[in-house]
Amino acid sequence: MTPLTRRRLANFKANRRGFWSFWIFLVLFTVSLGAEFIANDKPLLIEYENHYYWPVFQTYPETTFGGEFETETDYRDPYVRDLIAAKGWMVWPPIPYSYRTINYNLPVPAPAPPSADNWLGTDDQGRDVVARLIYGFRISVLFGLVLTVFSSVIGVAAGAVQGYFGGLTDLLFQRFIEIWQGLPTLFLLIILASVVTPTFWWLLGLLLLFSWTSLVHVVRAEFLRARNLDYVRAAKALGAGDVTIMVRHVLPNAMVATLTFMPFILNGSITTLTALDFLGFGLPPGSPSLGELLAQGKANLQAPWLGLTAFFVLAIMLSLLIFIGEAVRDAFDPRKTIAQMSTALPGEAAAATAARKEAAE
Amino acid sequence: MSLMPPNPDLLSVRGLRVDFRSGAGATQAVKGVSFDIQKGETLALVGESGSGKSVTALSILQLLPYPMAHHPAGSIRFRDTELLGAEERTLRQVRGNRIAMIFQEPMTSLNPLHSIERQINETLFLHKRLSAGAARARTLELLRLVGLPDPEKRLTAYPHELSGGQRQRVMIAMALANEPDLLIADEPTTALDVTIQAQILALLKDLQSRFGMALLLITHDLGVVRKMADRVCVMNQGEIVEQAKVDDLFIRPRHAYTKKLLSAEPRGNPLSPPEDAAEVMAADRLKVHFPIKKGLLRRTVGHIKAVDGVDVAVRRGHTVGVVGESGSGKTTLGLALLRLHASEGAIRFDGTDIQGWQPKRLRGLRREMQIVFQDPYGSLSPRLSVGQIIGEGLGIHGIGDAKEREAMVARALEEVGLPPEARNRYPHEFSGGQRQRIAIARALVLKPKFVVLDEPTSALDMSVQAQIVDLLRDIQARHNLAYLFISHDLRVVRALSSHVMVMKDGKVVEQGPTQRIFEEPREEYTRALLAAALNLEAVESPAVRT
Repeated sequence: MTPLTRRRLANFKANRRGFWSFWIFLVLFTVSLGAEFIANDKPLLIEYENHYYWPVFQTYPETTFGGEFETETDYRDPYVRDLIAAKGWMVWPPIPYSYRTINYNLPVPAPAPPSADNWLGTDDQGRDVVARLIYGFRISVLFGLVLTVFSSVIGVAAGAVQGYFGGLTDLLFQRFIEIWQGLPTLFLLIILASVVTPTFWWLLGLLLLFSWTSLVHVVRAEFLRARNLDYVRAAKALGAGDVTIMVRHVLPNAMVATLTFMPFILNGSITTLTALDFLGFGLPPGSPSLGELLAQGKANLQAPWLGLTAFFVLAIMLSLLIFIGEAVRDAFDPRKTIAQMSTALPGEAAAATAARKEAAE
Repeated sequence: MSLMPPNPDLLSVRGLRVDFRSGAGATQAVKGVSFDIQKGETLALVGESGSGKSVTALSILQLLPYPMAHHPAGSIRFRDTELLGAEERTLRQVRGNRIAMIFQEPMTSLNPLHSIERQINETLFLHKRLSAGAARARTLELLRLVGLPDPEKRLTAYPHELSGGQRQRVMIAMALANEPDLLIADEPTTALDVTIQAQILALLKDLQSRFGMALLLITHDLGVVRKMADRVCVMNQGEIVEQAKVDDLFIRPRHAYTKKLLSAEPRGNPLSPPEDAAEVMAADRLKVHFPIKKGLLRRTVGHIKAVDGVDVAVRRGHTVGVVGESGSGKTTLGLALLRLHASEGAIRFDGTDIQGWQPKRLRGLRREMQIVFQDPYGSLSPRLSVGQIIGEGLGIHGIGDAKEREAMVARALEEVGLPPEARNRYPHEFSGGQRQRIAIARALVLKPKFVVLDEPTSALDMSVQAQIVDLLRDIQARHNLAYLFISHDLRVVRALSSHVMVMKDGKVVEQGPTQRIFEEPREEYTRALLAAALNLEAVESPAVRT
């Protein structure tokens, strides 16, 4: 690890709020990745007639457990439960509902208020809100992450080419981006959503068409600046090719800007997906999504647990990401990093600092 | 204030300390500095970068970035006023009024959005409360005083329309607007060409005697000190190590550091390789023209001739020094020879014309022609280790395997006087001189035949300059290298080059053996350049710009 990286990590840790947000977010995200083991309408493990069964991983027909149908077992059926309990036992996840499990045993018409059975109540179709939240959180974050990574890769590449080659390439590309950004994204998405049935990947592709431009300007500016620096010229004099120079010498500089922006792009991506879901142009019907929960909250004002839950989960998730983003920004802040390095290194570096100070004056 | 004893000196600084807080610790920039300035005298603060001289000067007007900077101890008294920790109101009355300051970089110390008239009027309005008409008259008078040509026309000019020297004149006019008692000049000529430097120094001296003001001159250039100062304070690492009259200092330096500083001038003579050595790099009628485009259709209406028909030949083991002022096309010439810049005219490397070769074809030749840049802070990738930086060329040209490359890098580092362990560290851990050594090692490791040295010493302190010059000469002798040495510093050129080319406006004014050029220059421009560079004399000549 280079001293620079170490210094940055220290800076990241020094921002307590961001540091803790990072860990909380990481734990939440890891937990939600294992959503099938936490909220599911299938048991984790069944012992039946001295055989072990793993319903989470494998489907078993009802006949396995002495039932009558050849179809997949409905483990929530009281009849099946009795069958299994007679000759063995089963272990349920802490929340015995999946995101699409409909609870038919509600004492009141759906949406049902929070109870011991449904911790945060059910939505208007009788589905458990906690289960939908866990799955919804996972899909939101995953969607955001994938979109962020893809748009960063495209954005960095486009910005790099523009900035490095400059001139006509830059001019044409810039005009193209300006026109592209002028397109009314939301309307296009709505129109496209009515032509194709949106799936996770369709939506991702559609949003990617417009989201990649966000990083281009920053990266382009970094490349424009760096391409005239002496060390780039020195690399040319050594005989390095354009790609080598871009990747080895200029990109590391642009990465700082990119990494600083990333948490905020992630935030934006999540918000976009939520907004589309809220409007009903997002993920296919039935998918667990925070936006859909919000829409339900709006439609069922008499059931405030829906709206409040969706609001708090979104607010907390976005705040955590913003705090992390702030910490990342601190970590990459060259003024902070370099100021601290100079105090950390005695001798030679002190002279360099003083020189820098003098130069700054 | 009335309780203080009257101050016999104009300015007295006592036990001044400046600390910079950064992160957890603090850096001591100035550690207890004391000096006085009398009315009308010139005191020079001399030292290398990082010695604390600028910080000292800035603390007089309390212009440091407080509260990042703070003064644990000390006192600064201007006449009977204590400036250290004085109220902002008191300071404002002193700043720009009784004590004025001019800065090193005239490019950035003038506001680019304000006309010259507005910039100078500002101080007049602030301190003298003149009417618009009176201020205009005074501004004109000031501009005439500082010798700005056509002052009436220049009133409405913006900084970018003026040359560096003219901008510095405007800065001086601003500083003089309220006839200050003390003028602090922080490296006033460092950013300027030698001929302009001489003019500005002459102007300062003239104005000083006319107004009887005191001058605090901050500089690293002993030549300027000798020319201008009455007394000298030598600063090193935040302390004044010696204080003396200027004549005494140069004749009988007492402190070891002063002696080191005085002996730091680049010295020694260029090597004398055989006259008939083979030509390594040559160019005939080399031209680099930048088109000037105008109008809606961006039609080319003319050309800026950065390099205009230059013939040059560098032989094995020889150094051709290229001297000239900024904008004369020296650096462009160097870049064009290496085919790093588009040009016209024949470029022969080892007898083969490489003009018009495709970049791919040139790549193989790149290892034989190398370049060392001026700014050692900008020429090393900050995110690569020294080993990676030096080894990059080896990788590109596929020389040796990983182990051999490592050994070559270590050897190159040893050759430039750095420990081989340095390869695992990063550029920011090294001082300017050490970084320049790394840049030289990067060029050397490929065993080139021809190296362009683009002002390799100008960003360095005097004592480091001498070391780098010695190093370059050693390496040249060992490997029989051909150098194209670009510099505006004639002293360095004399120490290294066997042959000198004087450039002006893209053309070669005069060229010949170093000794001949220095001892009997034929052209008027060369004479003016030499007088300005070596004796800091301003020459009134049509060949010299203002």
